[in-house]
Amino acid sequence: MAQAQADTAHAAHGTPTGWKRWLYSTNHKDIGLLYLYFAIFAGIIGGALSGFMRWELAEPGIQIFPGLAQMVYGVDGDAALDAGKHMYNVFTTAHGLIMVFFVVMPAVIGGFANYFVPLMIGAPDMAFPRMNNISFWLLPPAFILLLISLFVEGPPSLLGFGGGWTVYPPLSTSGHPGPAMDYAILSLHIAGASSILGAINFITTILNMRAPGMTMFKMPLFPWSVLVTAFLLLLALPVLAGAITMLLTDRNFGTTFFDPAGGGDPILFQHLFWFFGHPEVYIMILPGFGIISHIIATFSRKPIFGYLGMVYAMIAIGAVGFIVWAHHMYTTGISLNAQRYFVAATMIIAVPTGVKIFSWIATMWGGSMRFTTPMLWAVGFIFLFTVGGVTGVVLANAGADRAFHDTYYVVAHFHYVLSLGAVFTIFAGWYYWFPKMFGIMYSEFLGKLHFWIMFIGVNLIFFPQHFLGLAGMPRRYIDYPDAYALWNSVSSWGYLVTLVAMGVFFWSVVEAIMRKRKAAENPWGEGATTLEWTLSSPPPYHQFETLPRFK
Amino acid sequence: MSSVSTSNDRSGANMRTMRWLVAFALFMLGMAFAAVPLYDLFCRVTGFGGTTQVSEGNPKGVIDREMEVRFLATVDPGLLLRVEPARIETNAMGTVSTVVYRATNMSSEPLSTTASFNVTPDSTGIYFNKIECFCFTQQTLAPYETVEMPVTYFVDPDLDLNSELRTIRQIALSYSFHQS
Repeated sequence: MAQAQADTAHAAHGTPTGWKRWLYSTNHKDIGLLYLYFAIFAGIIGGALSGFMRWELAEPGIQIFPGLAQMVYGVDGDAALDAGKHMYNVFTTAHGLIMVFFVVMPAVIGGFANYFVPLMIGAPDMAFPRMNNISFWLLPPAFILLLISLFVEGPPSLLGFGGGWTVYPPLSTSGHPGPAMDYAILSLHIAGASSILGAINFITTILNMRAPGMTMFKMPLFPWSVLVTAFLLLLALPVLAGAITMLLTDRNFGTTFFDPAGGGDPILFQHLFWFFGHPEVYIMILPGFGIISHIIATFSRKPIFGYLGMVYAMIAIGAVGFIVWAHHMYTTGISLNAQRYFVAATMIIAVPTGVKIFSWIATMWGGSMRFTTPMLWAVGFIFLFTVGGVTGVVLANAGADRAFHDTYYVVAHFHYVLSLGAVFTIFAGWYYWFPKMFGIMYSEFLGKLHFWIMFIGVNLIFFPQHFLGLAGMPRRYIDYPDAYALWNSVSSWGYLVTLVAMGVFFWSVVEAIMRKRKAAENPWGEGATTLEWTLSSPPPYHQFETLPRFK
Repeated sequence: MSSVSTSNDRSGANMRTMRWLVAFALFMLGMAFAAVPLYDLFCRVTGFGGTTQVSEGNPKGVIDREMEVRFLATVDPGLLLRVEPARIETNAMGTVSTVVYRATNMSSEPLSTTASFNVTPDSTGIYFNKIECFCFTQQTLAPYETVEMPVTYFVDPDLDLNSELRTIRQIALSYSFHQS
């Protein structure tokens, strides 16, 4: 990518201070940081929930949750056992919803994209700065609604919604008559509205506000990935909004969209949900693809291999992602021909994904590579995402899915592509842009330590879950037979290792703040060619008052 | 607000883009709701999900291949209805046959019920034709009354031409009875 000239003149007027700076912010960099802080906060809660699950599953039998239910909900005796079992399901549900809607999406789309898309395309700010403010400030109320839903009645005399993040009826309608599900639905509505507004903002910004001379095919890959992601959001989220609105009216206003007694069909919900849900997984990973492309190019000191192929691969992944949804529904009795189609279409996604993986490897090939912390995360991501992709191809087979459906094999698969894929891209982006965002350098030693401990930890958690799934252990249960004890125990120890890694992560942040090592404009050297590296670290409050000319 | 003076040109273009995108999002929201009648229509037309067909009679005749048809009944929890399904029938495909379900209201109140239905395997739905069925209408039973509920059906002989179904020797027709 050609080096562009940028003007870094400071704004004429001052920066708002105190709480007004954040609450009223229309500045894409401040809002981006707010999104990142929010994602970290939500990530602590979502991660803690999974900690309780792993603690419970460390040994066969039911140990933790009845006591936890006693402490949190104040129930006793036999009621505590039932409340504990339900609480486990509530935790799996909340863990999924929080990680998807309040951690990964805010981090990659709200956080990094808000901060760096305008910088990378040479724009002064987002197209609609006030809408950007609304997008962010809708999230905390949505999150609070979801947290409230944990403490209000779901099924009779039990608290919280425990039907899984997929909220399938009838469990989410007649199965949970209490208001917990209504709170969760409203939470998703608000989070969805936030994301749709954000998507509109990103598309407008990227289409209309590129610096003079930056044509679409000169645009860096991260804005490209965000553009594709924003279109996926715009197509998929309204469908989710429609589906959960139908759930809401089924629950409260006597409609029967999903109730056979009134002529509805619960399977329709699954079609609507997965028409959203499948693109959603690409929404979570595509911005990560963009981040990884920049990191690999920077630390191989080479332009990305096959730029055009990378762009078309992302578009292809986004487009094909919309026509494969029923591979989540092989066991709902769809016809053999429909299954054949969905198997083939699903496997085709491996082609553009393979194009991306091989292009990253080709970028590294013959490059002068430096294994800095962001590069470690990026290479780690490529390896682990490929493992998750391979199990994805296995699961794409309708025949194999008969055995694997709702087992830990599926859990291992989607955690390899999300927990070890998307989350690794978040950490990669965090370390790559940390000096740019905060103007200080993190400690390379602590960053690398964080990577290695986390790499070992998450693999210890999730690799054994493949074995559990192959052995037939179903997901979403609080207990299991003794035969599954060994790998569950390994998996739970892996959680502890990951917890240590998170400790190192927070320590590295504190250490960087305490030491205040000043970061240069471009700490990464000549490999980093995008516009954000032409600005100071951190960038001025308003950048590009005179638009950069892109040659 | 940002201090950057965007030209009127650009903010006009931004508004135009935004209007398109908002319309796009609303269109997708509309499509989600349009999916409800469309899905219903799709199921009726293609027999998707084991949706049976309605017809006037069998114009296609009878073929040699036999098909066993099993009849099932499930009653919603809490509905005081006892339903005795019809017995298994094995007929040459194309034979028009009438079977009878017996339902008894076990309560001292009058009881209205509708039945939803489908066949298994799902892919036989398109070949399973009903000419007359109690499930087309709402049934009302007096307290402790027993009624006979007939179903007139035939299996379309075209099923034999579907290679996916060449190993199928049984079809199960299932009714679920709901309060209405």
